[in-house]
Amino acid sequence: MREVAIIGVKNTIFGEQWDRSFRDLVVEAGVGAVKDAGITGEKIDSMFVGNMSGGQFVEQEHIGALIADYSGLAKNLHIPSTRVEAACASGGLALRQGIYSVASGMDDIVIAAGVEKMTDVPSAKASSALAAAADREWEGIMGATFPGLYAMIARMHMHKYGTTSEQLASAAVKNHQNGQFNPIAQYKNKITIESVLNSIMVADPLHIFDCSPITDGASAVILAPADIAHEYTDTPIYVKGTGQASDTLALHDRRDITTLDASVVAGKRAYEMARMGPEDIDLVEVHDCFTIAEICAIEDLGFAKKGEGGKVTFDGETAIGGRIPVNTSGGLKACGHPVGATGVKQAIEIVEQLRGEAGKRQVDGAEIGMTHNVGGSGATAVVHIFSRNR
Amino acid sequence: MSVPRFWRKQIARYNLVGTHCKQCGEYFYPPRNMCPSCRREGEIEDFKFSGQGEVVTYTVIHAAAEGFEGQTPYVLAIVQLEEGPRLTTQIVGDAKDMSIGMKVSPVFRKLGQSGDRGMIYYGTKFVPA
Repeated sequence: MREVAIIGVKNTIFGEQWDRSFRDLVVEAGVGAVKDAGITGEKIDSMFVGNMSGGQFVEQEHIGALIADYSGLAKNLHIPSTRVEAACASGGLALRQGIYSVASGMDDIVIAAGVEKMTDVPSAKASSALAAAADREWEGIMGATFPGLYAMIARMHMHKYGTTSEQLASAAVKNHQNGQFNPIAQYKNKITIESVLNSIMVADPLHIFDCSPITDGASAVILAPADIAHEYTDTPIYVKGTGQASDTLALHDRRDITTLDASVVAGKRAYEMARMGPEDIDLVEVHDCFTIAEICAIEDLGFAKKGEGGKVTFDGETAIGGRIPVNTSGGLKACGHPVGATGVKQAIEIVEQLRGEAGKRQVDGAEIGMTHNVGGSGATAVVHIFSRNR
Repeated sequence: MSVPRFWRKQIARYNLVGTHCKQCGEYFYPPRNMCPSCRREGEIEDFKFSGQGEVVTYTVIHAAAEGFEGQTPYVLAIVQLEEGPRLTTQIVGDAKDMSIGMKVSPVFRKLGQSGDRGMIYYGTKFVPA
């Protein structure tokens, strides 16, 4: 198996982009990443695109072909393009498939991208499209919503470990603090614990400021074999570990409501491949679709003891400058959550940090970073570990 | 949800009929045809649950799922049946009376309907026991 490096990256702006289409977004990200890597289209061997629900959000399937076509890679070059879907983990999985294809030796230069255009439908329709990531037949039919499922995780976490609403809110406050320094972030405003607690209740105990927003956006990275990465860039970022795991589709079937076993196992697999542990990681982008999801994630990945995620967040240990900075990009909460793109955006944040290009949100001396991308309420998790050094 | 898709699980939804693996003894609701522990070695049979259970966790939904707009606020919960399996359901009653560990019993209720003239979906909700 060959080692793999990221040699080019590009995010579009994340936000409500009424004037731009699905294809506009993904072409901007793809072309930007190609430019960043200093390659040309002829060099590309294949592409993988994460997209959760083009069918429901823009009534478009056959996403792989569409993107190859409008990127100018279909008509003359006929570059193979594959869509990857795992709900909100689609982006992370597309990246993983790209890594597989380079590592295997089948392909040299690969684009891994992710895209979601969520504001072409009313927000009620967007919510029901997202709800399809849960079990439609046994959760959705009873009136479950995604905030509702995570609210049940939050309620249990509070009951078992004494986690408070203030501790949950502190994750959102910290992510908005980081997001203000990220040029692509959907929200660049600071918020306070009081404003989170005073925002409207969506699914008790989660307020609307505990929830990530609906977002349009696309992200793309270029992968290459580590052996030739220096031909393209002075700052390749190396993939040291990748792990993926599945769990039950429905929350009610999980071993423990407050632990995402898929995160634990995907993390373990990535740590083993990288021959590292949580103590080696300088910063991490976790899947904070809701504040409670960030709390569970830092516990499940080994950055806090089970039950203490709320406390360490409230105490500032996960802020930039803290023991383990979490979601320097602003996370899903402040940077935005175009579901198919998020997993790729997380990797780009780590690349920018490890290159030392993260500006005011730079983590000093960052050498090793992790990403954690979750599908649904935890039925899929994918974790990657990246390093500045080979 | 389409009529055939709902109809084919009607008995399971109306009467809390799930499955049981005779090989390892585990019970499943919602029903499963493949036991995750025994897989192909498993022996699956239908099983009707008593319906007695307790609340594992719950939430009060204020921003409704599509089709549930008229019901807010409503209580969504995970209930553990006395035979072991857990399911997602609604608890009928006042949100302020809910608590983790509360004993509940099943009730037959309307879940929703497709549009103004479409089929009405019935199923099992729970009430404090």
